[in-house]
Amino acid sequence: MIAALKPFEAKSERITFLSMLAVLVVMLLLNTMVGEGSALHLPAYTLGNWGKYLCYAVLAMSLNMLWGYTGLLCLGQCLFFALGGYAFGMHLMLMTVDYGKVPEFMQFMGYHELPGYWYPFYNPFVAILAVMLVPGLVAFIFGFLAFRSRIKGVYFSILTQALTYAAAILFFRNETGFGGNNGFTNFKYLFGGDLRTIDATRWLFAASGILLLLVYWIIAWLLTTKFGKVQLAIRDSENRIRFSGYSTTHFKLFVFVLSAIVAGLAGALYVPQAGILNPSLMEPKIGLDIVVWVAVGGRGTKLGPIIGAVLVSALKSYTTSAYPDYWLIILGGLFVFVVLFMPDGIVGLTKKTWAKYRKKEVPA
Amino acid sequence: MNLTDLCKRSLFWVLFILGLSGPLHAEETEARRILSKLILAHSEEQQAVTEELYDHGDQIIKEVIEGWRIGKVSVFDQDGNPIALLKRGEDSYEEISSGNSFLRGSESKINRASRKLRKKLRNVVDFLDLSSNDPRERIDAAMKLGLTQKPDYVEVLQERINRQKDSEVKEAFEVALNISLLKNSDSSQKLQAVKDLGESASFPARDFIEALRVEASESDDDGASDLEEACAVALEKIDSEQKRVEFYGSLLRGLSTGSVLLLVSYGLAITFGLMGVINMAHGEFIAIGGYTAYVVQGIFASTYGIGSSGYEWYFVLALPASFFVTAFFGILLERGVIQFLYNRPLESLLATWGISMIIQQVIRLKFGAANVAVSSPQWLFGSYEFYRVSMSYNRLFLIAFALFVIIATWLLLNKTSWGLHIRATMQNRRMASSLGIKSSRVNMMTFAYGSGLAGLAGAFLSQIGNVGPSMGQTYIVDSFMVVVVGGVGNLLGAALSSLGIGVIDQGLQPLLGPVMGKITVLFAIILFLQLRPGGLFPARTRSLDD
Repeated sequence: MIAALKPFEAKSERITFLSMLAVLVVMLLLNTMVGEGSALHLPAYTLGNWGKYLCYAVLAMSLNMLWGYTGLLCLGQCLFFALGGYAFGMHLMLMTVDYGKVPEFMQFMGYHELPGYWYPFYNPFVAILAVMLVPGLVAFIFGFLAFRSRIKGVYFSILTQALTYAAAILFFRNETGFGGNNGFTNFKYLFGGDLRTIDATRWLFAASGILLLLVYWIIAWLLTTKFGKVQLAIRDSENRIRFSGYSTTHFKLFVFVLSAIVAGLAGALYVPQAGILNPSLMEPKIGLDIVVWVAVGGRGTKLGPIIGAVLVSALKSYTTSAYPDYWLIILGGLFVFVVLFMPDGIVGLTKKTWAKYRKKEVPA
Repeated sequence: MNLTDLCKRSLFWVLFILGLSGPLHAEETEARRILSKLILAHSEEQQAVTEELYDHGDQIIKEVIEGWRIGKVSVFDQDGNPIALLKRGEDSYEEISSGNSFLRGSESKINRASRKLRKKLRNVVDFLDLSSNDPRERIDAAMKLGLTQKPDYVEVLQERINRQKDSEVKEAFEVALNISLLKNSDSSQKLQAVKDLGESASFPARDFIEALRVEASESDDDGASDLEEACAVALEKIDSEQKRVEFYGSLLRGLSTGSVLLLVSYGLAITFGLMGVINMAHGEFIAIGGYTAYVVQGIFASTYGIGSSGYEWYFVLALPASFFVTAFFGILLERGVIQFLYNRPLESLLATWGISMIIQQVIRLKFGAANVAVSSPQWLFGSYEFYRVSMSYNRLFLIAFALFVIIATWLLLNKTSWGLHIRATMQNRRMASSLGIKSSRVNMMTFAYGSGLAGLAGAFLSQIGNVGPSMGQTYIVDSFMVVVVGGVGNLLGAALSSLGIGVIDQGLQPLLGPVMGKITVLFAIILFLQLRPGGLFPARTRSLDD
């Protein structure tokens, strides 16, 4: 555990981590301490948006654990995100009505009584446990089956895509009992606080920031351990590591489950900030979007997924409102450009440029 | 055959066809002959002659019989030969047997049918549909009467049954009669009717027999228990027949769904399976094919006009057009992006995903976000019935075309030198190119072929569904699954797996509903890959990472 306190070997990494922390704190301060009239004031709306971006960033980091460090391209990461969201959303929906009452969306579907499995979700901590357990369990079962029969590479990607596709059409059905294509919305209270106030926005932003830093820390620490080395070795040459006597199946399964849990947590924090949750979040195209975030930022780098997720989401929300007819073309063009000309993403490009400037080799 | 001969022959056929569609065709003359015979017959023969009319459904029968009732039919005695006439206007008469006008009509004597005959004649007019020349119409008319179960119609049907020559029509008349007898007869007749209906396994009779069974079980008449038993037997027969028809129906639907999947995924089996390129824009290539069909249809509509016979043939041109247009886009994509990414399959996935977003949006900007409709040509409408299983021409054509694509691709890959080059390049790019194969060119053309197949699939989908910017998205997950299940790099595997998935999907749908059926199939595929991770036909290789 001592090692966990020192996950960063190089000084530069410590600086990166601290500056991330600083940026988040400053953003929060700009919203709370600076008066509304000031040019430096960060509006609550922007803060709320950034809260969502932070969740996206955590989601991208969870994918990077798989794709960047273990070589498993999962196209269904959005499923774990959405499952975490649904588990937490159940608690939020229960908070919209009195104890024992049926939430409105279920009344429309003809439920008169709350099904038994909803009751534990009155307790927010049970809900948080479910946020981790449900995606983790799905990942465990699927991963066990997939890795045991040595499905890898492209086949793994396609199967994960099929998995999230199947889940999406399942959740789109009203009979599944999670609100069909309307999903969950109109959340009101969380931990006794009103979600529609600016305080809630700030708290959720802070929570997202803490989750981001925590996940960043864990990933960085894992990479310094022996486990992390095996992880990278699996990415680079799975057969060789298998022949050396490591059960790659178990390692991959562990990483897969861990990344699903992280994605689930991100989803749980995302839902109260977005204010709505529906199965379109599970559609295969969302899964591909996440991959794009990681690719744009820099696959296999610690900072890349964060930069990619925030940048692409910000660009998306800007272009969808500024150029509604052309945003798909702009984004699509960006992906092609990144793949062809920036194979290591923004972080890779920066490192290369930096190295040229310093005329010195930089370890990748 | 020389040219003059050809001309003569075609002239003959033209005249022949014109002759067939002339104003008086054979059927009508026959009806007129019988009418004339009926009017001139002795009163005791008239009943029998009337029944001859049951074989004909021409409008002239109605006209003459109406005329007979109101005194417009007269008989002219031409030197001992009586001629039946119909008064058409003030001074114009028509010879009933031929339809020619008759000049000396004013000298004729008005003829009236006997009262006894008139009732029978009214039956002829009222149930003219029952005598229609079109067997389909006869069947429909008989069933309509039977299903009302009105007692009046029993006799009408009974009279006509034995006159039906077509066995299918006769059977339908019997069914219709038996259905009416279920209500309008004594118990022994009912018993026989139930047995007969069970023998012919008539679907429309099912509800009536069921009702009769309930009625019989509640009554305490002597024959009631026999009747109830007979009903149960008949219901069982009908149900098993219904199951058979449903089974073959869903088998056929499954085959055609499978054919759609096959067309959609065959292109992918080539670009992904053979070449190892993950083309996420494959779905958009399908859309491009669909929109090409739409554009070709538009051109034909403006050139020949909608509904004209020239317009009907647009689909024949739309098929190759969509193939070549999409293949051209495939070449653009391969040259512009993919050729740089052959060693990085996962990144080709990303780049083509970007491309697919671009194509989708360009289509939206050009054709609008709403779906466009491509109508099927007339010759693909309709269906063919085979032992009660109806098969629409659309689906049959689809299955046939899928077979054609399989065979054409097999021939291309295995019987041409180009195919040899493709197989060599796909096995080992560098080795092939060092042996003098222009592998870059082969890559390009193979990718173009795979893309072209996607375009063909799009043209087909335009016939059975809507054409929209995101039409390909629906199929992309399925088609990747098909390729993986079939065994990557194996085209026969892709063919079998798409047909298999199609049939299983359609087989499960009636049991589980469309969504659960689809989910079950997806999970079944995931489990199947547990047993055979390499798919149906795994690629044999000694290489470790393949």
